[in-house]
Amino acid sequence: MLKSGNYSGKLIVVEGIDGSGKSTQIDLLTKWLRAQGRSVYFSEWNSSELVKSTTRLAKKEKIFTPTTFSLLQATDFADRLQNFMLPMLKAGVIVLADRYAFTAFARDVARGVDREWVRNLYAFAFQPDLVFYFRVPLDVAVDRIMAGRAKLKYYEAGMDLGLSGSRVTSFRLFQQRIINEYESMIDEYGFTVIDGTNSVEKTQKGIRQYVKKALQGWKGLPSPIRPARPSDYQIVTPVSDQDQGE
Amino acid sequence: MREALFYGAGFPYKLIDDLQGKLIVLEGTDGVGRSSQIQLLRNWLEDQGYAVSDTGLRRSPLTQPGLDAAKQGHTLSPLTMSLFYATDFADRLENQIIPALKAGFIVLSDRYFFSIMARDIVRGADPQWTRKVYGFALKPDLILYLKASIPTLVSRIVHGRGFNYWEAGMDIRCAENLYDSFIVYQSRLIEQFDLMAQEYGFTTIDANRSVKPVFNDLRLQIIEHFKKG
Repeated sequence: MLKSGNYSGKLIVVEGIDGSGKSTQIDLLTKWLRAQGRSVYFSEWNSSELVKSTTRLAKKEKIFTPTTFSLLQATDFADRLQNFMLPMLKAGVIVLADRYAFTAFARDVARGVDREWVRNLYAFAFQPDLVFYFRVPLDVAVDRIMAGRAKLKYYEAGMDLGLSGSRVTSFRLFQQRIINEYESMIDEYGFTVIDGTNSVEKTQKGIRQYVKKALQGWKGLPSPIRPARPSDYQIVTPVSDQDQGE
Repeated sequence: MREALFYGAGFPYKLIDDLQGKLIVLEGTDGVGRSSQIQLLRNWLEDQGYAVSDTGLRRSPLTQPGLDAAKQGHTLSPLTMSLFYATDFADRLENQIIPALKAGFIVLSDRYFFSIMARDIVRGADPQWTRKVYGFALKPDLILYLKASIPTLVSRIVHGRGFNYWEAGMDIRCAENLYDSFIVYQSRLIEQFDLMAQEYGFTTIDANRSVKPVFNDLRLQIIEHFKKG
């Protein structure tokens, strides 16, 4: 487990490989919580303005090594955690994070960095109240990813590892390593395992149950905005899985 | 010439061996005269026929533009600054220093991660945490620590580039004005360097003297080291 934080909010995290359906689910969860009048803040992996230009440069020039990739994403995460997520948590907000430190533990180790080293690197991170781990067979995830886009990106496919000259093959090998790391973290960090092969509606129902339970008896910061119309939180067609992970 | 030794796990995904060159690090706080000494050492070593490469903090092509921009803003917290600098250091180590050592160069490094650690710890970082972060760092062949007293540093700063925000530690406001803050901040850094000197085997050089005698001392240390092989 990570260290516990000194705040009154709730931190809920989704984890899983690309194409596991986690982004769709957290999006629905965010809308549902907002519609109930909850104060909610959403944060996405690799989205800090602070390191954006550096990340873009490194990806364009392909100059990332596993260590610099890991360190830069930790910088990104530290900025988001300290300057955005933590103030919200202290204010009593429900913070929803699409990927968290566990993504680094899985992906950076899959890239070859030392397991203990990357865990120390993120020692400043708090243990979330809930971590949903979306478990999905590799084939299902690959099919979903390939259906949604024309071409896999260089780092997304793990091409920097030199596992295969083919992006699809490389992606599969890379994702399998990531799955292995995630699976080994289930007990270590108390993941709630979600079957990512079920329908969107069924999965969302299950997730809402877990969240309801976690929020039982908890008040949080009231939202000044009145709850939205019911139509805002009905499940409609899921948004495409736009993963900002790599 | 030697196998690569690291302070921790190093770079497990990459075999690093056969480092033909030498990594010589000059450490010390702001204003001890590191850059003029590096210049002199470089000329001297090149005269001897060595291929020399120099490097310094915040010079990585990967992070320099982003880091410079971030330092203009106000959102750079001690933790994010610490990690950003670690990224810069790792990039230079993997992409500049190690390749140069493999090619047989003498690499003169204007500071190493010790400076970054000292700054991080003064800003509240856990000393054990930051030591482990730099577990990927290569052990240098020689670490020359230029140590000068606060009055010396003040004199050099006044007659040199003047007091500035970062060198005075104004981001953590050690005092109300640049001068007082500089004194407090640099004293704290020296404290950290002194602690590290023993732990990491620094060779301490008295930098309160003028350029020439300091240079002679540095040269002597390097010659001694070369003799050892």
